[in-house]
Amino acid sequence: MKDVELKMLERAKELLANGEVARVVGWKKGDFCYDPSPAVFETVEELDEFVYDYFCGANLSKYLINICKKEGKTAVFLKPCDTYSFNQLVKEHRINRENVYVIAVECMAKLDIEKMKAQGAEFVMGVEVVDKEVKAFSPYGEKTFYKPDVVLTKCATCEKTHQVKDEEIILHERPARDVNRFAEVEALEAMTEDERFAFWRSQLSKCIRCNACRNVCPACSCVKCVFDNPNSGVAAKANDDKFEEQLFHIIRAFHVAGRCTDCGECSRVCPQNIPLHLLNRKYIKDIDGLYGEYQAGETADGKTPLTSYTEADAEPKDVFGEVK
Amino acid sequence: MQRIGVFICWCGSNIAATVDVEKVAEVIKSEPGVVFSANYQYMCSENGQQLVKKAIKEHNLTGVVIGACSPRMHEATFRKAAEEAGLNPYMVEVANIREHCSWIHKDMDEATEKAVILVRTAIAKVKLNAPLQAGESPVVKRALVIGGGIAGIQAALDIAEAGFEVDIVEKNATIGGRMAQIDKTFPTLDCSACILTPKMVDCAQHENIDILSYSEIEEVKGFVGNFSVKIRRKARYVDETKCTGCKICMEKCPSKKGLNEFNMGLNTRPAIYIPFAQAIPNVAVIDPTQCIKLKTGKCGICQKFCGVGAIDYEQKDTFIERQYGAIVVATGFKPIELDNFNEYGYSDNKDVITSLELERLMNAAGPTNGVLLRPSDGEHPKVITFIQCVGSRDTSGCGKPYCSKICCMYTAKHAMLIREKYPDTEVHVFYIDVRTPGKNYDEFFRRAVEQYGVDYIKGMVGKVYNENGKLMVQGSNLIDNEQITIESDLVVLAAAIEPEPAVRKIATLLTTSIDTNNFLTESHAKLRPVESPTAGVYLAGVCQGPKDIPETVSQASACAAKVIGLLVKDKLKTNPCVAMPDETMCNGCSQCANVCAYGAITYVDKEFRIGGGKTEIRRVANVNPAVCQGCGACTVTCPSGAMDLKGFSSKQIMSEVEAICKM
Repeated sequence: MKDVELKMLERAKELLANGEVARVVGWKKGDFCYDPSPAVFETVEELDEFVYDYFCGANLSKYLINICKKEGKTAVFLKPCDTYSFNQLVKEHRINRENVYVIAVECMAKLDIEKMKAQGAEFVMGVEVVDKEVKAFSPYGEKTFYKPDVVLTKCATCEKTHQVKDEEIILHERPARDVNRFAEVEALEAMTEDERFAFWRSQLSKCIRCNACRNVCPACSCVKCVFDNPNSGVAAKANDDKFEEQLFHIIRAFHVAGRCTDCGECSRVCPQNIPLHLLNRKYIKDIDGLYGEYQAGETADGKTPLTSYTEADAEPKDVFGEVK
Repeated sequence: MQRIGVFICWCGSNIAATVDVEKVAEVIKSEPGVVFSANYQYMCSENGQQLVKKAIKEHNLTGVVIGACSPRMHEATFRKAAEEAGLNPYMVEVANIREHCSWIHKDMDEATEKAVILVRTAIAKVKLNAPLQAGESPVVKRALVIGGGIAGIQAALDIAEAGFEVDIVEKNATIGGRMAQIDKTFPTLDCSACILTPKMVDCAQHENIDILSYSEIEEVKGFVGNFSVKIRRKARYVDETKCTGCKICMEKCPSKKGLNEFNMGLNTRPAIYIPFAQAIPNVAVIDPTQCIKLKTGKCGICQKFCGVGAIDYEQKDTFIERQYGAIVVATGFKPIELDNFNEYGYSDNKDVITSLELERLMNAAGPTNGVLLRPSDGEHPKVITFIQCVGSRDTSGCGKPYCSKICCMYTAKHAMLIREKYPDTEVHVFYIDVRTPGKNYDEFFRRAVEQYGVDYIKGMVGKVYNENGKLMVQGSNLIDNEQITIESDLVVLAAAIEPEPAVRKIATLLTTSIDTNNFLTESHAKLRPVESPTAGVYLAGVCQGPKDIPETVSQASACAAKVIGLLVKDKLKTNPCVAMPDETMCNGCSQCANVCAYGAITYVDKEFRIGGGKTEIRRVANVNPAVCQGCGACTVTCPSGAMDLKGFSSKQIMSEVEAICKM
């Protein structure tokens, strides 16, 4: 990972120095080793703060909506999963592709400090990852974790590969993976209606409406969100009472259905650890089943199943059975 | 302050028998904003309309709610009345208390309560209505007829005669359709070709008609008065402008083993062919799946012999785009496939044929030159058994649930013609019911039984099997209550008819509706039988439902009358209930344009203030109100809710829902 970081830094410096781009979007060091944050670098000097490590899980694509409107070109580092969001935003004309210089970088699955803490990590000062072993260093010594146990939820079932066309690539070789991202959805489907309702009720009742999921979601990029718009008729309802609070997430999932790339940012940022990605993933699974396999953001053009019609599309009877 | 008038109609006893109309009018009086409430026996009558007009003037009404039948019936009537009284017509809402209430309920208390709720809902909506102005759009004075059978031919001729240009798009190499394949027509037994081919020639010679044969509809954009249609002209490998129809190519072509579609595959034709003698246009076409030159690159004999150099192996499909004011769909039918009916042995026995095949066998231009010879050995059949309702009125799922309507009559025709020409032939007909409504139809059928001695057997056939070269037809005779077996030489199946399968694609392109049997749906079964629910699209012939030639021709002429009525207008009033984006909320994401079936949405870059004295350029949706049909697909697709529909805004709909939910 260190060599990738060095290469990235080198490229960022070059691009800024020769004026090819006006700014670079990447990650900068935080107060601790495990909280780097997305950042814009406009000078070579600012790059002193640049970092790319196992905690850089944030998806940078959404920041480009506003940044790419600025004068000059913007370079951005995108992990495989981020490239899907990027494509989707290009497709929806939210990002001007020509103003962006994409550098695709390998991911190798990012770590979840919360999971590490839950497994006993304290005062983590640094980590070292070798294959499936994660060593966390602290003033009190070192602790080893099994990597699949401490990666971000979104990374656990990720099988995404770079999808942006004409990008520059800096990466390690990553072995192909065999994962079933729908396993959790299938488990939910196997529940009875009452069980499922109870599950979601218990999960969604934790929601504090901090809007982090909405704010981080690359698909939730409306100029004016319906939940902030008193004229929409749903703004005030969303945080009204228990039931409405749950509707917020359902409405949000509907709004991103067919456009959600399954980047998993919603669950990553949720301070209440609600598995929000499962709502979206259920829609993805349904769309796959009803309209044929579809991965949002795989390309930056082409038709999408929910906004186009073909004769092979599912009819209501395919979902609900013949009307008697 | 809103001043709303409510008018509750009795509709004679249609509403008043189930809904306490006086009570509804009374209860509604106390609704906020309601300043006038009345009930009347027939609100749509002259007196009823006067009541509405008078109240608008006397009470200075700002909105009107009519509690009556479906708005599809009389919304226009009441809007017009309101306009005459000086109120914007779009300030009128109709609460459907007939179809949605009185007709479907029995209990008066329940129905009255529901009627009050429905009227309250309409009041909630009308309070948010805004005055709208209808725009105008020009009319392209040209019609498109899809399908060149008798329906399309008749419609095209009538429209052309009225002075408008018409294009006939026919997917086959010639116009004429199914009627060209038929030998004689009931109930007068005149020769089909003799009455059809003059009309085909009329089409070809008419200065206002352009026949685009061997062509298909590829794309349809636009709306009533302004359709833009992309047409694929399939490569026929013969230059239509050069070919003289001399048929030398047909004689010389070495690849002669193609099944002759016109003769239902009962004989063969060369790879280059003219479908039949009177084809229009009388131009050859090459079957690329059969042509040796096109398949292997070797041969080219037709090209060598063609005196006018019409053969062009390099020809490719071409596309033309034309504008039309109206479209007539006349795509016709085909007999169903008989794969599900193995009991009749159609696929196993050459001498089990369909009625359309029999037409060809009896036709002078058919494979046997009109002499009735059975396909297996060319012998005269002595015993012929007809089986009716093969796949018609079939609720088992193997066939079609509907009656194909034409089979009873053509079977009587076949039976009669055979007995006339070959009196020594024994003719049996198995039937479920004989259905012969229509002028001179029952007389025709009775002639077959009484004068020609055709043996009609009420009962169904269970099985047809071959025994020592004879076709054994095993069925029941319900009148005598016995099982019988008839030893036959030829068995004729009256196969059900179904709409030409291509109609599904055409219905999709035209965004018009289709029923579960693939018949196109008319706008109103009784009162608008030739109009499709899509404005400017009309239906003729079997694509709308099973019908015979006289009915098809009547319907085609009716279509033509509707088309002419449309094309004589210079301008059409457009529906002002169109979509409109709130640009400040629009993301420019293109989802609305993706779902717009009419191509009404484009995007423009606009400058917006973003605070701090700054501006930014954003891509936002722009709706062309002349093209938008107000379907609302965009409004539900828009993730930010920026798109809204005038007259049916999300706020109006939500307030209606709230009014319904309020107890």
